[in-house]
Parts: sequence; structure tokens; C-alpha cells
Amino acid sequence: MMDDIQPTTDPARPKSPLRAWFDLRGRSLSTLAFALNRLTAIGLTVYLFLHLAVLSLLLRGPDGWDSFVRLARSPLFLTLDVVLLFGVVYHMFNGIRVALVGMGVANRQQKGLFYGLVGLAMVLFVVGAILIYTK
Amino acid sequence: MAEQLIDFKVFRYKQGQAAPTYETFQTLCDENTTVLVALQDIRHDQDGSLILRHSCHHASCGTCGMRINGKEELGCVVKVLELGTSTVTVEPMRNMPVISDLVVDMGPFYDRFNTVGMPFIRQSEFMDEAEIAEGLETYTRCENCIECNLCVSACPIMGSDETYIGPAALAATWRVVEEPRGLRTQPLLDWVDSENGCWRCHVAYECNAACPSEVYPGDKIMALRRDLTKRKFRGLFGRGRKD
Repeated sequence: MMDDIQPTTDPARPKSPLRAWFDLRGRSLSTLAFALNRLTAIGLTVYLFLHLAVLSLLLRGPDGWDSFVRLARSPLFLTLDVVLLFGVVYHMFNGIRVALVGMGVANRQQKGLFYGLVGLAMVLFVVGAILIYTK
Repeated sequence: MAEQLIDFKVFRYKQGQAAPTYETFQTLCDENTTVLVALQDIRHDQDGSLILRHSCHHASCGTCGMRINGKEELGCVVKVLELGTSTVTVEPMRNMPVISDLVVDMGPFYDRFNTVGMPFIRQSEFMDEAEIAEGLETYTRCENCIECNLCVSACPIMGSDETYIGPAALAATWRVVEEPRGLRTQPLLDWVDSENGCWRCHVAYECNAACPSEVYPGDKIMALRRDLTKRKFRGLFGRGRKD
């Protein structure tokens, strides 16, 4: 039966997945949650590869690693850490909401779940950001 | 409330045109003027080539779905002055090809419904004589789907993968699975238990927000997932159910 569904073309409005996912005009909170989840997922995937590249510096011995640690303590790098922390906590806590709702649990309360879980994530984010800048 | 002159920025497109344009019309609106009536006034008084689709004028037929200031709405129930904007932008629904101006091709939408079969007659829970069917605690309002396509237009996944079955047909499928009335549900479950079926939904819930008839398609999609998951677990232990 799936074969019956064929893609259509629309000369007036060519398809744009990015616009479909990230155009928030006229959209509800749920789409903001959805778009942020996609954005943080892409960011975390990029970070994973960056992280592996950084770890490979260990192959160059102590000098290579020490110079990286000096760079990692710069204000710009710490800010990138804060951005990373946001991505991690948001994706993790919104992911719990998506997993629950996706299994049919509390789907009528999905906005409340968003406020609760992402609110908790933001508290952890703020605490973490303060620790990153002060410790 | 006094009449106000409102600008309507209207999406215009005719077959063969290279790209759509927007055209602005002005028309007087009072507190009772709906967007649909304003567009009809524009068509009658200013530009007879403006194409729009409508029928009942009271949110029953579902034919006047459009985007008003970027949001999926039925034009017949949105009052212009309640929008609170001096310019009202009117565009056709997303995720379906534009035929002309505000009219989209509903063929792909109905094709999906045809697959489901939709054997249900709408049943109002307010009718005393409407007995609750055996096995149901209460009627859900999925029968109330007016096939307006607003949920499909609002869905971000439909915007990136048009082979996705989509919220309306998935909700209809759940309604059949929930109360089969003698129909075999397994072919339908096989249909939705697929890459482009209920698992394709990414829980943006715009379908729920857009639905003017309280069908809540997103909830129905999650109910399908729950049912399919249960069946798969039963299948793991050799207790699979074939309907």
C-alpha cells in the first residue's frame, strides 16, 4: 500500500526540509522543542567528531596535550563548553519527554512535560555554566 | 466596533507562473467579518481571478483551510479584527501542491484516506440515542475529522518527507484499529508499521494544535505506536495477535 503514495512536485513552492523543520512562524511551543532537538542533535554529532579529533592529540605526547589544555582554558573555549552543555542537557531532558510521549505516555501532558523537564535542564545548565566559568 | 480598512496580503499563483507573488488588497471589515468573507468580498469587488475554496461557512465542511498570518486555520471561523493586525497575510496550506492561489491539490490527502477505508459515520457524543459501542468507554472525536488537511499542512515531517502517511490518515487508521467493526486491521497495521508510517512522527504536535475538530491526530499516532509495541512484545513471546 505504501507504493500508492508517490511524491508530488509543487512548482509554486519547491520542497525545503530545512524550512519545514526550522520555520517557527505561526508554530507552537512543540515545534520549538522539535527544532531545538534537531539542532542540538546535529551539534552533538559534530561535537563527537571534534572530541575524537581532540583526543587524537594524545598521540603527539604531553606537549601536544598541554598546548590544547591551555587553549581549552581560554574564555572563548569556555563559552563553547557552555554552548555544548546547553546542547547536552536540552537534548537529554527533551529526549526523555519525546521517549515518554512517543510510547503514548502522558501525551496530553506533553507541554507540561516540556516545561518540567526542560526547566530542570535549564537549572542544571545555569549551575553548570557558572561552574565552567568559575572553577 | 467600527469598520476598519484592513490590508490583505494574499498569495497568488497560477499554473505556469515561474514563482508565486503576493498581492495586497484593502477591504472594510467589521467585528463579524471572517477572513473567508473578506476574501470573498475581494474576489467579488476587486479581483475575480482570486481563487479560493469554500462551502459551508461554519467549520463543518473543512474546505476553506488556509494559513492566516502563518497559522493553519479555517478561514470561515477566524474573525479578521480579532487577529489584531492591520495586515492579514493569507497563504495556501503547506505540503500539498498549489493549484491556484489559495487552492491546493487535495488528491494526495484523500488517497491516504481511501487506503484506510474510513468506515465510520460521524457520531456525536451529545446524541442520547448514540449508544457507546461495546469495548469503548466513550466515543472519541476522531469521527469528527472534517478532512480539512490543516494537520497535514502544519506537520513539519510532511514538509520534509511527503511519502509520510501523515497525521490525518494515521489518526483514521487508529480509529479503525480501536473499533474495527468487523474489518481486518492487520493490513492497516502493516501499512502504518513502516518507515513512513507512525514511526516517522517526531512529536512536534502541530497536528494537535492545528486541528479545528479536536481529533488530536498526534495522540492517535502515539496510540498506534503503543498498540504496535504491545503486539511486537507479544510476538516475541509467541503470543502475537492477528486481527
